[in-house]
Amino acid sequence: MVRVLINVPKTARRGEVIELKVLISHPMETGQRRNDMGQPIPRDIIHSFRCTYNNELVLDADFYPAISANPFLSFTALAEESGQIVMTFTDDHGVEQTESRAITVA
Amino acid sequence: MKGWLALAALILVHAAQAAEPHSGYQDASPATRAMQDNDSENPGFLWVQQGESLWSTAPQPGGQSCADCHGAPATLRGAAARYPAFDAGLKRPVTLEQRVNLCRTEHQHAPKLLQESDALLGLTALIGLQSRGMPVAVQTDGPMQPFRDEGQALFTTRMGQLQLSCSQCHDQLAGQRLGGSLIPQGHPNGYPLYRLEWQSMGSLTRRLRNCLTGVRAEPFAADSPELVAIEIFLAGRARGLVIETPAIRP
Repeated sequence: MVRVLINVPKTARRGEVIELKVLISHPMETGQRRNDMGQPIPRDIIHSFRCTYNNELVLDADFYPAISANPFLSFTALAEESGQIVMTFTDDHGVEQTESRAITVA
Repeated sequence: MKGWLALAALILVHAAQAAEPHSGYQDASPATRAMQDNDSENPGFLWVQQGESLWSTAPQPGGQSCADCHGAPATLRGAAARYPAFDAGLKRPVTLEQRVNLCRTEHQHAPKLLQESDALLGLTALIGLQSRGMPVAVQTDGPMQPFRDEGQALFTTRMGQLQLSCSQCHDQLAGQRLGGSLIPQGHPNGYPLYRLEWQSMGSLTRRLRNCLTGVRAEPFAADSPELVAIEIFLAGRARGLVIETPAIRP
């Protein structure tokens, strides 16, 4: 289980552009470093990230090894109706984690 | 005569500037400051989050958690601002990290947390956060005086192959540049903090080790009395600054 900080406004006006921010705690090991014994350290990054708003796709991103540790993402969506914003990401260990936040649109 | 007066005034102004503590926050770039100011963008809060879950879980099954004795973390408001503090039983000062580990071994009957482990950084970040905005209030007189003086002696001693003392950079050359980076005054008011260079959280002892290897000196051992003494001196030197834990630094 990875630690995540998500900042989604709890309420928004209809038609408002909302900013979604997410900070994920992850080492994002590039796979290009070697340990003290000279052995390569296996790559371990979050390789895909998806965000949906009431099952409608907002962002679908592939990450590559140049992304920093503890990646921070900021993107926008159009608030049209109340519902759930769901963020899912998968790392090289195949661990998939889903976080969701409710938003009320008035 | 007039010239001499102006010169004297200039020297006084200069002395006043040197005496005024100046947090590393003020020197950081606007982007770094914005990161620190917004709790949902500050990666330090990932560790705080971990600290919160550790706070309420007992390290040993059937044992006590931090919350069982202390209640909510907010009851420790102001505690981090007073550390390192003198422990009357041990007859020596202990740092916040050492206090957490003393609590674990004495009251929770659990093994010590490793230095720089995410767990220890998480708990100290959580406790530090409770004092955010409060002025640094470490005792430096009374029983703490000899330890503070030892810290001052270490701070002003030339060390390592480069033969530099902490004071030469952080008192005399603070505000100037070493390569591309600004030399800060070196205040401990944001620890444990997230350092962009480390891409991770780190304690003040990690920072001190970093500085010591920087002047090519052999770093003091973890938990050594020298590091505690330097921490006390630094805290006394930072009087007037507010706690910023978890801070962000470049």
